[in-house]
Amino acid sequence: MIKLFKVKEKQREIAANANGVPPVKKQSAGELRLQKDISELNLPKTCNISFPNGKDDLMNFEVTIHPDEGYYLGGTFLFSFQVSPVYPHEPPKVKCKTKVYHPNIDLEGNVCLNILREDWKPVLNINTIIYGLFHLFTQPNHEDPLNHDAAAVLRDNPKMFEFNVRRAMAGGYVGQTYFTRCM
Amino acid sequence: MAGSVVQSSRSRDLDKLLLRPGNLIGANFEPGSQLRDDLQQYVKVLVIGAGGLGCELLKDLALSGFRNLEVIDMDRIEVTNLNRQFLFRLEDVGKPKAEVAAKRVMERVSGVNILPHFCRIEDKEIEFYNDFHIIALGLDSIEARSYINSVACSFLEYDSDDNPLEETIKPMVDGGTEGFKGHARVILPGVTPCFECTIWLFPPQVKFPLCTLAETPRTAAHCIEYAHLIKWDEVHSGKSFDPDDSEHMKWVYSEALKRAELFGIPGVTYSLTQGVVKNIIPAIASTNAIISAACALETLKIVSGCSKTLSNYLTYNGAEGLHTKVTEFVKDKDCLVCGPGVLIELDSSITLQKFIDLLEDHPKLLLSKASVTHRGKNLYMQAPPVLEEMTRSNLGVPLFDLMGKVLKDVVHVTGVASKNDKKTSCLRKLRVAFKGVDGVTDMDTASGA
Repeated sequence: MIKLFKVKEKQREIAANANGVPPVKKQSAGELRLQKDISELNLPKTCNISFPNGKDDLMNFEVTIHPDEGYYLGGTFLFSFQVSPVYPHEPPKVKCKTKVYHPNIDLEGNVCLNILREDWKPVLNINTIIYGLFHLFTQPNHEDPLNHDAAAVLRDNPKMFEFNVRRAMAGGYVGQTYFTRCM
Repeated sequence: MAGSVVQSSRSRDLDKLLLRPGNLIGANFEPGSQLRDDLQQYVKVLVIGAGGLGCELLKDLALSGFRNLEVIDMDRIEVTNLNRQFLFRLEDVGKPKAEVAAKRVMERVSGVNILPHFCRIEDKEIEFYNDFHIIALGLDSIEARSYINSVACSFLEYDSDDNPLEETIKPMVDGGTEGFKGHARVILPGVTPCFECTIWLFPPQVKFPLCTLAETPRTAAHCIEYAHLIKWDEVHSGKSFDPDDSEHMKWVYSEALKRAELFGIPGVTYSLTQGVVKNIIPAIASTNAIISAACALETLKIVSGCSKTLSNYLTYNGAEGLHTKVTEFVKDKDCLVCGPGVLIELDSSITLQKFIDLLEDHPKLLLSKASVTHRGKNLYMQAPPVLEEMTRSNLGVPLFDLMGKVLKDVVHVTGVASKNDKKTSCLRKLRVAFKGVDGVTDMDTASGA
């Protein structure tokens, strides 16, 4: 290929003299795929997406969920999404920014949703994840607990669980933990 | 006189390959001393990574006659590297790998010049990579490979019949190992599949369910991931975990140990903690040597044409018996990174709205509801409403202006394609070329494809 290398060198010189437009790095394949996901979002009215860094940074965004049924009716929950350049080979990192009393979300905002970790597949997309998160609020489940106490209450005393959720969302203590108002 | 005798004896074996014709040679092979001289004096090779593979690669390439080498690596030497990264000594611990590796090979192989770069691959300008004739990759992450691949593919240009322009091809040789297993592959962007064409070859990382970590740990790895992913955030609010900070690692280790004791789980050690957190698989020196040797040889073959090259993916498995196989993977013709994209010629006065309308009738696309992006700038987004609103004002602006008035460049579009009455969502690469621009002549060689 040495001959070709030399041809290339000549051409680069000519090109540089003509109008030095240096090649600029293209977007990563992950960014492009994400752009497709975002442009095809079809969210329920209860979910909103926003881009704190403006229209050209899709790799970091936020989703707000306002459940319209179930225990969490009336609450507002904010999630942050961080998408890697090798998306969708790797799932996005999702955290719940609103402190919530929930069996599947811990007090640091870690979320136990199978498609975010062990069951992630590249065919899934951002829409699927947002629906998955929404589902956590309409169907919290005590079988995948991240907040052990909340899960136990949901399992053993759903009425008490409902009371605790209302109390946390209104702003107040559940046990030793203080929750800020998110209604 | 004595010097020239030494010289000829040093390149004696190389001369057998480069000075004589043969039957299994590559295309454009022109044997002769000019070829040898060019290989030694003209050709510039970049080695990415100065770790297990990189040390081997530098040594192999230097001993294969290459004299203009550069190496880039962002890491410093650690004690645990010393069992296989044979260019490093105990007193080198803490020094940049690239610098020590370059120095050691230059000390041993006279005449070779290796320029080290102690930095991240992303820190270099794109044009830095264009200076090399071939790039040899000794990396351990998908992300880094994907980045270098996209850089190398950004130099690639296609002619109007969608054939790659040979002189714009930036060849890469990629090696990788995991324990007893390894691969070596040749990537000629536009000719053989690029890294992105075959990214599905990599198995997904094993990720444990968070609730298993939190509630029902069963293995030592579960305890370590609990400390790393859950406990760390609980205790260090806001401070992010740094896997390269040994204090952080020790903290995770001690927390993992506590958790393992609580659940009666054996096996948590400091090195396992490092392994799980950093996703390290024990490296085996001989696997690195085998894979690097294959990569160095392919580099020599691609550059000189002295033999046909590996076509195009070698897998090596020394775990149960020894299996090795070469597979000829095929390119994804619609690959967003290395593919030609659909060529579209436009008048420079065409607005973004008009462009989007044109895509609907384009025979190769038939793409409706297109969203358009150019070099990381979202020119128009159909959804969600918040982005549609932010980009709507672009619709009336000429595309030529939105693309910074370059005569040709790539844009990416997503939308709904109809084929035989079936609608599928798709993401396409387009090569847009403008005509009817005053005062500028068409330059075929200007700017990237």
